[in-house]
Amino acid sequence: MSEAVKVQEKPPQLLSTAKAGQTVRVVRIDAGRGLNSRLASMGLVANAELKVVSNGHPGPFVLIVKDAKVVLGRGVAQKILVK
Amino acid sequence: MKSITVALAGNPNSGKTSVFNMLTGARQHVGNYPGVTVEKKEGQCTHRDWRITFVDLPGTYSLTAYSTEELIARNYIQEDRPDVVVDVVDASNLERNLYLATQIMEMDVPMVLAFNMSDLAKRRGLEFDLAQLSQLLEMPIVPTVGNKGQGRTELLDAIVETAGAERKERTHRVTYGGEIEDELLRIEETLGKADGGVVARYGRRWLAIKLLEQDEDVTSKIRSGEVLKTVGQSVEHLRDILGDEPEIVMADRRYGFISGACQETIQSSVERRHDVSDTIDAVVTNRILGLPIFLLLMYVVFFLTFKVGSYPMEWLETFFGMLADGIVRHWPQGRAEWLQSLLVDGVIGGVGGVLVFLPNILLLFMAIALLEDSGYMARAAFVMDRIMHKIGLHGKSFIPMLIGFGCSVPAIMATRILENRRSRLTTIMVIPLMSCGARLTIYALFIPAFFPRHWQGPMLWLIYLIGIVLGIVAAKVLRLTVFRGETTPFVMELPPYRMPTSKGVLVHTWQRGWLYIRKAGTVILALSIVLWFAMNFPKPPADRLSGLDAQEARQEGLRYSTVGRVGLAVEPVLQPLGFDWKIGTALIGSVAAKELFVSQLGIIYSVASADEDSPSLREQLRANYTPLVGFCVMLFCLISAPCVATVAMTRQETQSWHWALFQFFGLTALAYTVTLVVYQVGRFWL
Repeated sequence: MSEAVKVQEKPPQLLSTAKAGQTVRVVRIDAGRGLNSRLASMGLVANAELKVVSNGHPGPFVLIVKDAKVVLGRGVAQKILVK
Repeated sequence: MKSITVALAGNPNSGKTSVFNMLTGARQHVGNYPGVTVEKKEGQCTHRDWRITFVDLPGTYSLTAYSTEELIARNYIQEDRPDVVVDVVDASNLERNLYLATQIMEMDVPMVLAFNMSDLAKRRGLEFDLAQLSQLLEMPIVPTVGNKGQGRTELLDAIVETAGAERKERTHRVTYGGEIEDELLRIEETLGKADGGVVARYGRRWLAIKLLEQDEDVTSKIRSGEVLKTVGQSVEHLRDILGDEPEIVMADRRYGFISGACQETIQSSVERRHDVSDTIDAVVTNRILGLPIFLLLMYVVFFLTFKVGSYPMEWLETFFGMLADGIVRHWPQGRAEWLQSLLVDGVIGGVGGVLVFLPNILLLFMAIALLEDSGYMARAAFVMDRIMHKIGLHGKSFIPMLIGFGCSVPAIMATRILENRRSRLTTIMVIPLMSCGARLTIYALFIPAFFPRHWQGPMLWLIYLIGIVLGIVAAKVLRLTVFRGETTPFVMELPPYRMPTSKGVLVHTWQRGWLYIRKAGTVILALSIVLWFAMNFPKPPADRLSGLDAQEARQEGLRYSTVGRVGLAVEPVLQPLGFDWKIGTALIGSVAAKELFVSQLGIIYSVASADEDSPSLREQLRANYTPLVGFCVMLFCLISAPCVATVAMTRQETQSWHWALFQFFGLTALAYTVTLVVYQVGRFWL
């Protein structure tokens, strides 16, 4: 029940709209199979916790995933849904 | 003495290379995996009474069929069946690193886990219960610090022990959950009935897992329609009930297995804090400071390579000069003079001309190794990505292009830092448009010959600029046509900064330098000899030379040779560009090496000693050609046919003559078109 309330409070958003310093959780990734599996191998899977280091605007995106710093192109960040 | 083979696997940035260097020392052999340009490194060592051959697999995060590196690593383990696989993991980033380990475990090979950078992990406040983790993963775990040489003996002990031990069935493995396990079982059963050979080779469970992941490489190995049908149904079914691709859910379960294992065995006394790497990153990837810092560092690399490198380069030039002089002086008078010329002009001129760049190459690779080993290279790619993205390339492509201003040969070698083949090919194709050092000698001869002093600087700048603009346009066009395809999505790790070790940097530098030396000794040697023959044969009959002085005789000889004849033959083609046969002949000679253009013109215009400072040659040029033709010559030399060494390097790095010839003829056609337009339009205006 509380889970549902939470989701209502914070609707899923695209990772590309997340701000620097925010910590978010991956809801789903809508990419092709190749990119999906590449992201998975770097720790980007559903429920993974991400810390946004910088939202490069308009450049690439920097995150911390499972203790590693990872750069994503904007196109990739637009395929990741977080909350 | 027993011999075993051990493969080294691990994530990029896990310190795998330093562990490899620690294990094998300097006894390494670098080659390529057959058919691809992924470096294959092998090394040996003896431990107790074992002779161990180590194979360094490409650094990967996973073992899917989506990238060449991963496929190579996987095929090596599956097909060459090493006696032990050592997985090097970064202990300070364990969960992500173990993802690869779970996939190697599934291939059912004896494994040892090298817990690398364990000192760093300790400093980060991580504590491991290695005994328990080892039990959970069912493999020995050895803490190592590769760049300090710690843990070598222990790791070797674990390797030989594992190689000698009896194989046991795994009791712990990744379980993918009820639904997926059911389907795996179904696929395994059908596999047993068909495709016996494949099953024996790859193992039933691994095949089933890969088939369920819709792995293209494995799927293509399956002949049985029944198996493929079962897989199709299973995938369909799982998609329905899981609401996602099975492979994604399976990736999830692997992380689940890992976090289960880690939860019980890792204690973190401190939270991840803002560390030194973050502080450095705040500066070097800063939106405003990032680019200037990058450019400054590139300037330092450039300076180091071509300014500092120019001293040893001069020594080498002097050395080859003395060698040539020595041969000429001690040659028995009047005997086999052609052989003397072949040795001096052909071999020493050709191979020596390339080897003199060795100091630059070594310095350059040292600088690149420093940037790579320290972790800065990933930041450079990050900083440049915004700009390079616009022409359809990655940020990293900028680095080889910059090197191209010195020499295309090391620049093409430097494209190895690009993972994506299409980006890499595009970069290789446009590198010759970055005007190299050898072409500078041509401009240095022509610009003062045709242009007043205050125009000389801007003229040189203009030539370089034309090259850059054409390079950008060509890259964009190539990405839209021949190398069309989505830019690979930009996903890259920014590894923590590390102090590079001198040993690592030297090993790196030497390995690449050696490739260059080998190249000069083989392909370039052969091509130099061929070109020498073309420039010296056939010899004109004696009566044609009667009454000519030595210089005139040389000119006549060149005119009569294969190169001269080709020059004469192509004159009609070159005429629309404003070139005569003399320029044509020099152009053909310049294919061997761009700086030969100047010496060829010297021979043709009967100038005793031709170099770019030769005033008499400049006068001759001024008397024979208009400034417009002079400009067109420079333009053509800038764009056209890259030199033999570049062609050979493109051939080697792309593993195909196809691309080398495409580059050669494509650039020549571009040069012809551009020069034609400039000359014809210019003639109209001037």
